[in-house]
Amino acid sequence: MEKLNPEIRNQIEDELLGTVGRRYRQETFWVIFLGLVCVGGTVAWIIQLRKGLGVTAMRDYVSWGLYISLLFFFVGVSLIGALVSCVLRMSGAKWRYPLIRIAEAVTLSAIFFAGFMPVLDMGRPERLYFLITHGRIQSPILWDVVAIATYFIGSVIYFYLPLIPDLAIMRDKITDAPKWRKKLWRWMAVGWEDNLLQRRLLKKAMLILCIVILPVAISVHTISAWLIAFTLRPGWNSTIMGPYFVFGALMAGTAIMILIIAKLRHGYRLENYLTPKHFNNLAKILLALTAFYLYLNINKYGVPAFKMAKEEKAVLEDLFYGKNAFLFWFTQVVGLVIPIVLLSFKKIRQSVKWVVAASVMVLLGALINRYLIVVPNMLHPFVPIQHAQHGYATYNPTLIEWTITASSLAGFVLLIILLFKPFPVITMWEVIEEVEKRGEEEIGVENIVNPQNIPVHVS
Amino acid sequence: MACSNNCTCNKDNSGNQDNSRRDFLVKGLVGGIGAAFLSGCSANDKTKPASGEKINVLTHDGKLVAVDKSQVANFKPHISEEDVRKGIPGKKFVMVIDLAKCDGCGKCTKACNKMHYLPSNKEWIEVLEMQDSPEMAPYYFPKPCYHCDNPPCTKVCPVDATFKREDGIVAIDNERCIGCRFCMAACPYSVRLFNWTEPIKPNITETTPAAENVFQSKKGCVEKCDFCPHMAREGKLPACVTGCPMNAIWFGDANEDAVTCYDGTTTKLSQLLEDGAAYRFMEELGTEPRVYYLPPTNRTYNAKEIKIENADSKK
Repeated sequence: MEKLNPEIRNQIEDELLGTVGRRYRQETFWVIFLGLVCVGGTVAWIIQLRKGLGVTAMRDYVSWGLYISLLFFFVGVSLIGALVSCVLRMSGAKWRYPLIRIAEAVTLSAIFFAGFMPVLDMGRPERLYFLITHGRIQSPILWDVVAIATYFIGSVIYFYLPLIPDLAIMRDKITDAPKWRKKLWRWMAVGWEDNLLQRRLLKKAMLILCIVILPVAISVHTISAWLIAFTLRPGWNSTIMGPYFVFGALMAGTAIMILIIAKLRHGYRLENYLTPKHFNNLAKILLALTAFYLYLNINKYGVPAFKMAKEEKAVLEDLFYGKNAFLFWFTQVVGLVIPIVLLSFKKIRQSVKWVVAASVMVLLGALINRYLIVVPNMLHPFVPIQHAQHGYATYNPTLIEWTITASSLAGFVLLIILLFKPFPVITMWEVIEEVEKRGEEEIGVENIVNPQNIPVHVS
Repeated sequence: MACSNNCTCNKDNSGNQDNSRRDFLVKGLVGGIGAAFLSGCSANDKTKPASGEKINVLTHDGKLVAVDKSQVANFKPHISEEDVRKGIPGKKFVMVIDLAKCDGCGKCTKACNKMHYLPSNKEWIEVLEMQDSPEMAPYYFPKPCYHCDNPPCTKVCPVDATFKREDGIVAIDNERCIGCRFCMAACPYSVRLFNWTEPIKPNITETTPAAENVFQSKKGCVEKCDFCPHMAREGKLPACVTGCPMNAIWFGDANEDAVTCYDGTTTKLSQLLEDGAAYRFMEELGTEPRVYYLPPTNRTYNAKEIKIENADSKK
């Protein structure tokens, strides 16, 4: 396809820039709501800081609870950026272009909260700097700190690089913006003139980053898995943890990605850019990942269940027909089997609603699964729990814990929304370039070159 | 024992400290004058009137001499942070627990709690009721920290707050601990405790660095059995040993191949382990505990009376 008519180009840019700074009623509601939840979480956190971790339900046996479960969840979700920007890139999936910025925003937000959760869980957060002044590089926690920090910086760069040409477009196009904004755009666009050399350099940088960030992304989550796999506890002492976490993470990340683009699609009127084709393709990936994760689960639980070694037995019995049986079978059936069956049908994959429904199930299953990885194992140590004080041999998270957990999840979503506010959701220059090169079909966008079909914004 | 680094009077005793050290340890414990270990002597000081009470001290050439108590000045040596992290030189502490003798009275726990100012809901040494399988006789199982030679806990500590000392003790520095609780997850024996809330502070002043403090509890930090290093420095036995009237707990130095129990009996460690067919708890984990158990054969109590609280006991 030859170059786009400048007028149409203009119109595409106008349309995508339309979301920048615009207020949507529903979005404002969500921002206020999530903000309030975060305020509640901050209050809860202050109470926790003042009174100590005693305000949580964690005790000596269950010494890690919701916070660490959530750490694993966030680190996991952050892998979606690497999946979309690296794995899809290397597999030559052209439909990824409209999704890149969304995926990177999810990644940024997730890795930020992944870094935050351990601080919430610390008994002495004021000694955090000891990790630098007295850090022991032999400890997996140090590896985790280094990996999360590296991945965070990498993700910031990966968010920023494809933004440069878009910032230049904003700098040149939005004339009615406040002065400081224009100044900021000018500064952030680092003198982008959209010439061939600049484009070549930018693309090279993105390629290098894409190759570098993939092993970093995998290491981040593998190291989180090692935090528990490096212990001698029944249920945790397993070599499967690394891949188990990584693939569970990719699965949860894909589910979140589907939910977010489903929301953005209607909220920001991006139906022409985020089309059923994207849902169908992401659903296929989700299908593959859930099926593979089920396979990993069969290995993780099935193999020890066949042997029923004494130590593992207590944990497995708890999961299979004990106290946590409902949650366990929920994650397996609702979180994996039903979505696999649903997504196997082409018709369902092509229906945005059904794909969203399947993603919700997968996401719920993934969240509960993180809890099941952490807590039940801690309740079944080698040495039998005896003479336990009240509340020591069980784990029922307190209101403070639930509030902090909920506000972390709220903060995660809020940060994503806030990241979409100052920038266009879709990478404009890349989508335009690719549409010029390959046509709408391959990129997965619809009707954007037809000026008649540009929808009118309703706010 | 402790004279090698604490005494003011014998500065050049490095060559002959081995001669009568064990003899001295035994005498010291039997005679109950363990205070002499950290007493420095100022033999030249003639100004004080004689009290008439004699005290045994070790001279720089390795002889035991009885001097008047008034001639001995109480001397608290300065222990630096480095000393505490290194441990007591030349020592390898070891504990042996005789399950045949333990009748589950829990006095070890009480003595330990008293020594470390712990509330009753904290137990650094926990007495469990064990039963390997329903057909087998139950027995009491005191569980201190095993001070493993391949400690899973110190390996994972991100800030070196818990560390392995040269004398075998796995210690915790609560001025360093950040409260991540990775060590608690890593310990397969559920030994470590966490200060979930502000602990009640006793009215004492401590001069030693944190890892050898008697009172270790600190909000947001981890604590556990520390083998009483502050006692060991004075050549004294840990609280649980001196608190066990059944003589079920032995404590000593593997380098000296000697362990001592409540009534002061000192015996050869290797002999005790061999004769008693000693084993270590969950040897297969490879943690190399420094605590040995003598199996509960010929129990001195009625095993049938033991009620097992949690049936899925191990080993």
